[in-house]
Order: sequence, then C-alpha cells, then structure tokens
Amino acid sequence: MSDRNKNSNDDSIMKKPMTRRDVLRLAGTGGLGLLLGGGAIGGLFTAENNHKTEAAQAPVAEDRIPFYGQHQAGIITPAQNFVCFAAFDVTGSGSNSLQKLFRTWTAAAAAMSEGKQVGEENNNHNLPPVDTGESVGLNPSRLTITFGAGTSLFDDRFGLSSKRPPSFKELPAFNGEQLEPQWCGGDIGVQVCADDMQVAFHAVRNLARMARGTAVLRWVQEGFQRSTQADPSGGTPRNLLGFKDGTGNPAVTSGQDMDKVVWAQGSDGAAWMGGGSYMAVRRIRMRIEIWDRSSLKDQEDTFGRYRTSGAPLGSKNEFDPVDLSAKDEKGNPHIPANSHVALARGDGSLQMLRRSYSYSGGIDLKTGQLDAGLLFISYQRDLIKQFVAMQQKLSKSDRLNEYILHVGSAVFACFPGASKGGYIGDTLF
Amino acid sequence: MKYNVILPTGILVASLLFSGCGQKENVEADPTPAAPATTETSAAPAAADFTAAIEQYRNFAVEQCDLFVKETEKFTNAVKAGKLDEAKKLYAPARAYYERIEPVAEALGDLDPNIDARVNDVDAAEWRGFHRIEKALWEDKTTAGQEGFADQLLKDAQLLRAKIETIDIDASLMVTGAVELLNEVSSSKVTGEEELYSHTDLYDFAANVEGANKIFEILKPEVAKKDADLEKEIGDRFATLKQELDAFKKGDGYVDYTELKEDQIRKLSQNLDALAEPLSNMGKILGV
Repeated sequence: MSDRNKNSNDDSIMKKPMTRRDVLRLAGTGGLGLLLGGGAIGGLFTAENNHKTEAAQAPVAEDRIPFYGQHQAGIITPAQNFVCFAAFDVTGSGSNSLQKLFRTWTAAAAAMSEGKQVGEENNNHNLPPVDTGESVGLNPSRLTITFGAGTSLFDDRFGLSSKRPPSFKELPAFNGEQLEPQWCGGDIGVQVCADDMQVAFHAVRNLARMARGTAVLRWVQEGFQRSTQADPSGGTPRNLLGFKDGTGNPAVTSGQDMDKVVWAQGSDGAAWMGGGSYMAVRRIRMRIEIWDRSSLKDQEDTFGRYRTSGAPLGSKNEFDPVDLSAKDEKGNPHIPANSHVALARGDGSLQMLRRSYSYSGGIDLKTGQLDAGLLFISYQRDLIKQFVAMQQKLSKSDRLNEYILHVGSAVFACFPGASKGGYIGDTLF
Repeated sequence: MKYNVILPTGILVASLLFSGCGQKENVEADPTPAAPATTETSAAPAAADFTAAIEQYRNFAVEQCDLFVKETEKFTNAVKAGKLDEAKKLYAPARAYYERIEPVAEALGDLDPNIDARVNDVDAAEWRGFHRIEKALWEDKTTAGQEGFADQLLKDAQLLRAKIETIDIDASLMVTGAVELLNEVSSSKVTGEEELYSHTDLYDFAANVEGANKIFEILKPEVAKKDADLEKEIGDRFATLKQELDAFKKGDGYVDYTELKEDQIRKLSQNLDALAEPLSNMGKILGV
C-alpha cells in the first residue's frame, strides 16, 4: 500500500489498447457478462481514466496527521469533527495472532492516515475488493486512529498478565451509574477521529474486516461535535445540553503539562507504557427531555456557568478564572458548591485531557425518548489518581447527575506511538 | 492476517474465459511494509483446468437434487395424507438437500421463489412452496387446504431435478456460490428469519455451510496451489464453525432456533463472518 512500484505493472496492463468493439466482443462471449455483472462494461472503459484521476487528486498535506511518532496521534491532536469509537474482543488465542493483528492494523492505519486505501488496488473481478472503497477520492480529513489495550487483555490468554501496569484496573462502581453490558469493556479500544464521518467509519469498518477470525467488534459508538465549517473560529464546543464543554482543558501546547497530565512515564510502573496514555470512555446518556423543561436559572446553576457566554457565574468571559469564593450581593456564592464546574474544578489539582463527543443513538424504544448524550473520552497519566478521583467526587454530589446517566464504561491503556518499521503495541510484546 | 491482492483488470478476467489464451501478467503484493511490494512473472502458468472439479460438483448437485425430490415427496405425501406431526418431522430434513445447492437452484430463474419464498418475498397470491406449507403446519396447525401447494412443490422439485443437468456450471459459479451460501446464512438463517414458524433455522444453517464446504473441498487443491495460507485458514474456520454447530445437534437434527441465547447467536454469526471473509478470496484460483 505504501509502495508505488505497482504503478508500472498497473500501467502496462492498463495501457494496452482496447477498442469499444473489443469490449463488446468480450462481453458477448457468454459468461463474461454474467461474471462481471451489470456495471462492469462501463468499468472497463473507465478503468484507465479512474487511475489518472486518482493520481491527480493527491491528498492535501494539511489534511494528514502523521500516524507514526513518539506518541499516538489522536490524543493531543486538536479534536476532529467526528469520532467512530470501536471496542473489540479478541477471539483468537496466543500472543502470535495478537501481534499479527496489530502489525496488520498498523500498516492499514498508517496507509489510511495518508489517505491511501488498505492493501493494493484490486481490479480482479473474481475477488472482493481489499479496501471497502467508500473513502476513495476523499482526502484523509485529519484521520487519526488511536489504539489501546483493555484490562481484559492482561488476563491469562496472551501471556500478558505480568505486563499489566499496577495502576491499570477496572474502574470501581460509581454512585448512580447504570452500566449496560453492550456499552462496556473490550480487549482493545480504537478511537478513530476525522473531519469526515465517512472517512472515520471507513477506517473502523476496514479494521474490523481485517480482524475477522482474530477479533470481533464488541461495541461501536459514533460521535460528533460542531464542525470546523460551522465554527471556523474553533471556539469551545457545546454539548447537547447547550453548554460549552472543555473550557478548563489543559493546554496541549505545553510539553511539560502534557508530561504531567497525559503521558504515562516509563518510570510509572510499566516501562512499555512510557509515552502512552490511559483512556477512560464513558457513554453518558443525557435526559434531554427533562433538561429541556428545566429553567435557564436551574441549568446555569447546574453547570456553574452562563449558558450564552460560558463564563463562570459572576464573571463576564468564558476564560475568566473560576472563583468559587465570589459572592453575590446577598452573600451567596455565585457558583453553587454542587455545580458541575465547582466540583470539577475543585482546587485545580485534578486534571485530565478531555476529548469528548456528542452522540445520538436514535430513540429508546421503550420510552420513545431520545437516546443522546456524551461520549466522554479522557486521557490521563494515571486513571486512579485522575479519572477515578474526579468521578468519585462528581458521582456523589454533582447537580448534573439529575440530568445524566452513565450507561457505558471502558478503560484502555493506549500504547506509545509506533515508529516506522515497528507496530502499535510492539513495546508490550 | 495476510491480505494478498491480485491486480488484473477486466481484460485479464476476460482472457481467462477464452480458456487457453494464456498471456497473463501477474502482480501480487503483500501489504506488510517490510515485504517487497511487487513480484512479476512474465511466464505465468496456464490457467487451471476446472473440468474435473466442475464435473464433481455437478454430480454432487445432481445427487443432492435426487435426494431432494425423494424426501420432498415423502413430505408432500404426509401433508396430503393429513399427517401433521409426520409432515413437521419431514419438513426440515427435506429442505436441507435444497439448501446445500441453493446457488445452483437460484441460477434457474423462478424455481427458487417457487420453492423457497418467504411470506413477504412475493405477492401474497403467488406465495407457494415450503414456507407456505410451513405456516400452515406450525401456525395454523393443520394440513387442511395444503394439498394443492404440496402437489405444486413436488412438481417444482422435479422440475429443478430436470433442469439441473442442463445448467452451465463454471468455476466462477462455484467460487461465488460458496460465498453466497454463507451470505444466505448470515442474512436470514442466523437471525431466525428463514424459518419463521418452524424455527428449524439451524438445519438450513448447517446445510448451507455443508454446501459451501463441499465446494471448498472440491477446489481445495487449486486453492492450496495458489495460496497455501488461505487454504489452511479456510479449512480451520470451517472446522471451528462445524464444531460450534455440532454443539446444537439434537437427535438427527438441531435444536429449535428459539433455544439459542443471544450470545450464542452472535458467536455463530461472528464465526460465520470469520469464515466467509477468507472464503471470498477463493476467487484467486480464477484470476491468476
């Protein structure tokens, strides 16, 4: 897929002159029409043409995010417009098949990040195409594919139990959650993000196809946020409750901050995770109908921010500091102590990098209510010290809990980045 | 997982069909970055001769068809004699012979809908065949009024038997037919939609898989010549699926579809996909 040598072969075949009459003659000799199906004759005529078109439309460089590197792409990468998140279960056994899967996935992910198809082009009419084809002609759309290992991958199936990082465990139960098995867990988690949903879906579909016989999809959730087209200024996105979400994220431009908050260090207890990051995923259903009936005052007190500006209550601008001690004229705190921002901000010591998307899953067939909410994704250096500590606090007293319900949950140890010639997860094996 | 890819154009496919005109270019590539991406052989071996394989498959199809007519006659006789329980017992086993060779039957125009249409596949007035009688036996719990459908079904089965010897089987029909059989399973049998009233879906499931396996067995030597890894992979996955299906055997047949748990259905479906994916690459034996 990365090698373009094939062009010479390809061309030599393609350039053989073929007249319309030749084609019709071929088509007329029984069997061929049947074999090629209805559209194939047109295909013969346009094959060469397509080939040229493809070369002429080389993807634009700024639409590509390099796959290889010190860290995996898709973590501190500015969030793309869409996510297609997939959790897999490994059905094969032995670490060989697992390594083989990761090698195959790495080559495919690197190609797709470049806007290339998976595998060589295949014009053999006797075989299914290697790539499923729906991203042909599309630019890479800043596609990133981020791989992580679930806690279950460290059981006794693959001989990896001794490699499990000490801080990497299943999450404890939190107050009020109602986890549904179909949105939980997975041996492998893959976060696929792109500025085009079709490009993102294409990647998940092809990864799943390559995995057949070795791993199967456990759950998939698509997500979206306002697109860069709708908001060229790139302001903080709003969640489906109408509030800006992510104002308090640490600056990804600071290498120092990222080392402290996001990147696992080799000295943290698992050398193979140095440069990786731990991901928490929660599918958080929003009780949209109830929220839509609550007063603006109640909504703003719930978040602790103004809906329009995103500013902390009592302040003017979105990025004004959150001052939990500020009081109104009656002496009451501007920001209620059980508001989302008050609890999440706290003393500022608990940080993580959030990279969430909204989701819409149609309706709940039982109630007819919208099944919509937040696909919460966060990256952190230590799940227990960061995500778990924060979620324990929120699940106990966050005012927002009246309007949300955690229904899905998974954690993944996202590998360090792969270098060319290596593969995702190669430090683990 | 290895994804070898072959790159001929429609022109090459065509040249294969003019059996004998052998000038072929052959491009194979392995997507793993370390491997050399292309190899070229200017003097490719002549196209494989599938005459024997086709003959073998035709014999199989005829033999299945003979048994199909025989067992269908027993079934329709029971229906006409008003023997409800016996008819129910004979229903799924008779169908299995048809399910093993379904793609061949489908190539014969209207025979497939006449024999095998489900309730909404055709206009209500034209609905006949196995599933029409299935509804009467299991839902209406009677054979009454089914005599005409029974006679028609037997006639259609006999017509299939008569036509099957004339059908133009080529290697590509076999290759695509094997995948089609598995696609049949994954679109209706694994979901329990095929046997809406009798819930005998696993009989059809097993028969479709057996039919695909027969084709694979016949073509196996050619597949092995072309791609030994692929041949092994397909063989292994047939074995896995068979083992899984065997767990649902009950007496001479299979358990009722409604006895399957959700996770069992899902696993069957996933193992089927895992088999169908490499099987769909069996067409390699035709291309290069």
